[in-house]
Amino acid sequence: MNIVEVKNLYKIFGKDTGDVYPLLRQNTSKEKILEETGCVVALNDVNLEIKKGETFVLMGLSGSGKSTFIRCLNRLIEPTKGEILINGNNVTELSSEKLREVRRKTMSMVFQNFGLFPHRTVLTNVEYGLEVAGEEKEVREKKAMESLELVGLKGYEQSFPHELSGGMQQRVGLARALANDPEVLLMDEAFSALDPLIRTQMQDELLDLQEKMHKTIVFITHDLDEALKLGDRIAILGSGGVVRQIGTPEEILNNPADSYVKSFVENVDKTKVIKASTIMKKPLTITIPKDGPNMAVRKLEKAGLSTLFVTDSHRILQGVVRIDDAVLLQKKKQSDIVPIIDTDVSITSPETPVGDLLNAAWENKYPVAVVDDYHRLLGIVDRASILAEVDSDYENVLLSDATPEKVLPENSGGVND
Amino acid sequence: MIELKIGETFEFIIEWMTQNLGFIFDTINVIITTFVTAMTDLFLLAHPFLMIVIFAVIAFFTAKRGIAIFTLVGFYIIYTMNLWDKTMETLALVLTSAIVALMIGVPLGILSSKNNTVEKIVRPLLDFMQTMPAFVYLIPAVFFFRLGQVPGVIATLIFSMPPAVRLTNLGIRQVPVNVREAAISFGSTSSQMLFKVELPTAMPTILAGVNQTIMLALSMVVIAAMIGAGGLGEQVLKGLTQLKVGLGFESGIAIVILAIILDRLTQSLGKSKK
Repeated sequence: MNIVEVKNLYKIFGKDTGDVYPLLRQNTSKEKILEETGCVVALNDVNLEIKKGETFVLMGLSGSGKSTFIRCLNRLIEPTKGEILINGNNVTELSSEKLREVRRKTMSMVFQNFGLFPHRTVLTNVEYGLEVAGEEKEVREKKAMESLELVGLKGYEQSFPHELSGGMQQRVGLARALANDPEVLLMDEAFSALDPLIRTQMQDELLDLQEKMHKTIVFITHDLDEALKLGDRIAILGSGGVVRQIGTPEEILNNPADSYVKSFVENVDKTKVIKASTIMKKPLTITIPKDGPNMAVRKLEKAGLSTLFVTDSHRILQGVVRIDDAVLLQKKKQSDIVPIIDTDVSITSPETPVGDLLNAAWENKYPVAVVDDYHRLLGIVDRASILAEVDSDYENVLLSDATPEKVLPENSGGVND
Repeated sequence: MIELKIGETFEFIIEWMTQNLGFIFDTINVIITTFVTAMTDLFLLAHPFLMIVIFAVIAFFTAKRGIAIFTLVGFYIIYTMNLWDKTMETLALVLTSAIVALMIGVPLGILSSKNNTVEKIVRPLLDFMQTMPAFVYLIPAVFFFRLGQVPGVIATLIFSMPPAVRLTNLGIRQVPVNVREAAISFGSTSSQMLFKVELPTAMPTILAGVNQTIMLALSMVVIAAMIGAGGLGEQVLKGLTQLKVGLGFESGIAIVILAIILDRLTQSLGKSKK
């Protein structure tokens, strides 16, 4: 279900904006339009839909109009043309009274430089939204405390913003936005002013929070890594406020829509984005108790492999069988394969980024098994497929690995190639 | 060459105002006289020693201990110089003018921070009020209100108002954009914006304006003695005209002591807020 729908949204700064549209239709550049009409095009025919409960990231370089876009959503900046539907209501047509209502109840915003009120304590900062909405003192205090606890700031209620570090100030900003229990959370470069370590930490905490809250989040950033990490879907905004591509992180990485997006994506560390489920292969398996050593040897010889995976009839992973063990068993004329099953297999979830699998893939004899919550085997990831995906990062991987000498020969004789 | 008769025009305006707007001036006259008299009576209500202690206690709670001690000693010196009554009279004049100046100045500052046109009109007016030699105000004040305390208060409040307007305007305009945006994004009405966000955020700057207004008022009240405003200025004037060096010096010291106490008190008002 779409909670936010943006249709043909334009924002043009300047007088006589009417003259600009014909020029835009002819694909005139932003610079040329400024020269001819004196108007600055900030958003050019933006169309997008944001689903309920998703984190939608709008990514663009400075001057691409991304901050203008998020301010159009709650009309801190008035759009020049177009529609913004929130739950089906056109925000651009609301009276100032109705608009205040939407700002108080439906959308809250977190700002790049925190935007905290310097004269108010942490608690009363967080209460602000409820206070202007006319909430009773006790109710808003209770809600504010809950919100502060959520972001891990319990005990700091009576501090003033200037007494806190940047990371903590932004937690206050986040708590303040959450206190109103809004449907849509607008985050304008919320973590960009923080130093890298704190920023990563805040990103992780936002992901944790989002897992509990399932809010709709519109997140603005200029940092592609951040976009890929946080976004369920990402829109790439090019210069002149044109949306270049909208898609999941993987779609953006694997199928950049044009050269502009491609130039962005080129330098990304894909290992942080691509998930195990994307690169996993169909494993060679036998099912016990149905299959015995004979079946195993036949399958392995046919596929030209040295190991296969064993599951039970519910596809639950049991372990791995090596060809030499199976052949030995076959010679002894034994039909029970269970004794030779090696259970020393590392497992992972389909959601794990490939980068996190590197160590496991290198340190184990067998490919990493991808299993679901019930331990059912979904697929396998081997070294070769990780490397194929991240070839540009290959050298970095080797450099960062503690034992590269050991890695190379083993890799060349990969088990599942 | 065209001869501009600025002086004559001004004379004409003042004369017209005296003749036609007399009832307004009379009302103002009554209000201010009542106010100043009440305040002077209040300050002279109890024995000076008791009043000195009360002032020191106020200083202790609004500022630091050092200032409380200074108040105690300073006011005692004034008392021993036999200038207590005159000092309290001056204090009442200063506070009356400053309060009226703030009552007009702060809202005017808010208005000009919200509206660029208002600011454009107000700014040259303030320049005029601040740079025009202080004595010049005394002349129309006398025309409108005759001699005495009221023209003194009026001249003083005109002279001391500009910093209150300027610094209120500046303080509100300096509220960071993201703080303002945050307030709007949470659905503040414009009055919630002003009273819950802009004024509190601008308060340190506004209080600096209050401090300046009070200090300017004190300096002007002394000059206003020339039109019979009374107080310490009267003593200074007496020292000057009758060549009484001792009296002039004593009253000068009393003014300095009062100035220091008022300054430190209003300054600490701004700091304790932070």
